[in-house]
Amino acid sequence: MKKKSGVNIPQNMLLKMYTTLVRIREFEEKVAELVSKKEIICPCHLYIGEEAVATGICSTLRKDDYVFSTHRSHGHYIAKGGDINTLMAELYGKANGCSKGKGGSMHLASPKMGLPGSAPIVAGTIPLAVGAALAFSIQKKDAVSVSFFGDGATNEGVFYESLNFAALKKLPVIFVCENNLYSTHLPVSRCLSDTMIYKKADGFGMPGIRVDGNDVIKVFNLAKEAVENARDGNGPTLIECMTYRWCGHVGPSYDLDKGLRSKEELDYWMNRCPIKLLDKFLLKHNILSESEKMQISKDIKKEIEKSVVFAKESPYPDEDKLLDDVFSGVKT
Amino acid sequence: MRKISYVKAINETLRQMIETDKNVFLIGQGVTSPWYVGATTVGLIDRFGSERIIDTPVSENGISGAAVGAALAGMRPILMHPRMDFMYYAMDQIANQAANWYYMSGGQVNVPLTIWAIINRGGEQAAQHSQALQAMFMHIPGLKVVMPSTPYDAKGLLVASVKDDNPVVYIDDRWLYNHVGEVPEELYSVPIGKGIVRRKGKDVTVVATSYMVHEAVKSAEELEKEGIDVEIIDLRSIKPLDEKLLFNSIKKTGRLVVVDAGWKTCGVGAEISALAASNVFNYLKAPIIRVSLPDTPAPASSPLERAYYPTSDDIVSAVKSRFTEE
Repeated sequence: MKKKSGVNIPQNMLLKMYTTLVRIREFEEKVAELVSKKEIICPCHLYIGEEAVATGICSTLRKDDYVFSTHRSHGHYIAKGGDINTLMAELYGKANGCSKGKGGSMHLASPKMGLPGSAPIVAGTIPLAVGAALAFSIQKKDAVSVSFFGDGATNEGVFYESLNFAALKKLPVIFVCENNLYSTHLPVSRCLSDTMIYKKADGFGMPGIRVDGNDVIKVFNLAKEAVENARDGNGPTLIECMTYRWCGHVGPSYDLDKGLRSKEELDYWMNRCPIKLLDKFLLKHNILSESEKMQISKDIKKEIEKSVVFAKESPYPDEDKLLDDVFSGVKT
Repeated sequence: MRKISYVKAINETLRQMIETDKNVFLIGQGVTSPWYVGATTVGLIDRFGSERIIDTPVSENGISGAAVGAALAGMRPILMHPRMDFMYYAMDQIANQAANWYYMSGGQVNVPLTIWAIINRGGEQAAQHSQALQAMFMHIPGLKVVMPSTPYDAKGLLVASVKDDNPVVYIDDRWLYNHVGEVPEELYSVPIGKGIVRRKGKDVTVVATSYMVHEAVKSAEELEKEGIDVEIIDLRSIKPLDEKLLFNSIKKTGRLVVVDAGWKTCGVGAEISALAASNVFNYLKAPIIRVSLPDTPAPASSPLERAYYPTSDDIVSAVKSRFTEE
């Protein structure tokens, strides 16, 4: 059934995705500010510019579907429904952070919402997603598992091992490559002999598709199909989302002075801002009015200000918690 | 009581654990192969099918990660590595992911995973088919490490490892596979972190791991003839380690010989020596001595191999030297 926008996505889902995009953006911009002020110390790899990937993919998932994330994990956490207050508290290193102040920005977890964790070892979480999918298949659950990783991760051997095993066993896992064109400082063309990452799926007899990762509608539609396919027992899909991180590899700076990329390149991608793209679409189809848009922005800003207050007012972990949580079932 | 071999004890335990807990499954290279893992996995595929007995491609890192991921999703996998040498490929998943996950998530998400790691040495297999990496795993916070030396413990520690809510590296030495001993048919646990006195004695404490416990027993029989009464402690778990048992024995005997068939530098013996020196120094009548592998790769040629692996003779010499130095 076509909606009035001409796409197969219900209006409330479009609005929900718009809100999520804005929430991630506003959150990250606030974090950028707090990192600059040195209120947040732990290294933060910001997701600004890439919001449509996490949003489009996670909007097709259920709560019991698993997502595994990377060093650039704030967007995935938010898109999967993780609590903003405890996220901010984690970045502040506070005791009631989402990982009790033990993880920081690179180890966000929200097990209740289907995010068992994130890890910055490049490609390290890809086989974990495969394993969760293996568990679902043994348990006869129809849940799926999603692995988010960057273009850099496709240079790691374990990426290929994981794709092979998932395809071999037809596991319900979606491999989502966030191709932001840079592996820290190196452009993707200096890392990969063939930069068409989606084509690597061919070698495993798995569907591989490249999509405009800044177009949340396209990402959503593609993800929906891949997720349904996986749920139906037809195995994994590799989705390559072409996107761009506005900031440098880590921290709030655009790093234009480092000579790694041009201002023109950044401008091109800022002009293709995922929020702007959806915004335009929603306004054009009268799904969102200017005043509703203002209201969403205002509400989210308030929500994020509250999370900062929550984080600041939260206590630091007691020093005697240092040795806790090494082993489950063992109290020190 | 019924007597069965070490290999049979493992086989029976795998069968019983997979049968009684729907979350347990076995995954690894060669679990359906007739020769990879001795007879430890014989018959399992016929009984449980390929869904819970998963033979895998040669992808140590990816498969180890899959086992960790399955554990994160509520399963209790037994991940089998038929040769420890190949586990270097999987170190990221074991040391970075499995070991750290519980801590990194602030104690929210645990990893109930048994990493079954086999020492497969001797027979002129040389440097990359012979390694015993217990010390490496012992070093890493978040991992438990057990090394059963008898068929009874092979079963009891495997049960305990699978039931544990943490990643446990379960290390067996294939030289133990034909050892026969008493093993109850029913499931039982040998507690992780508890050692056992294999022989009571008053003159010297010999702490040993895995296969070397049997060499220690042999050496004690020899030394008895010369009037030296050896107490043998089988650690069973090297992490956590039964410090109390160790210290009490040293307090009694005043002499310590540590025997582990891993490399010397930063090895199991180094850790035990440091623990003893830090805690019961005043009871020691002689310097501590280690019996270990030399700090060299494993050689191929049989004469070199014989010189490489420590035996009861090395333990006898080490013990005797503790009585001649004063």
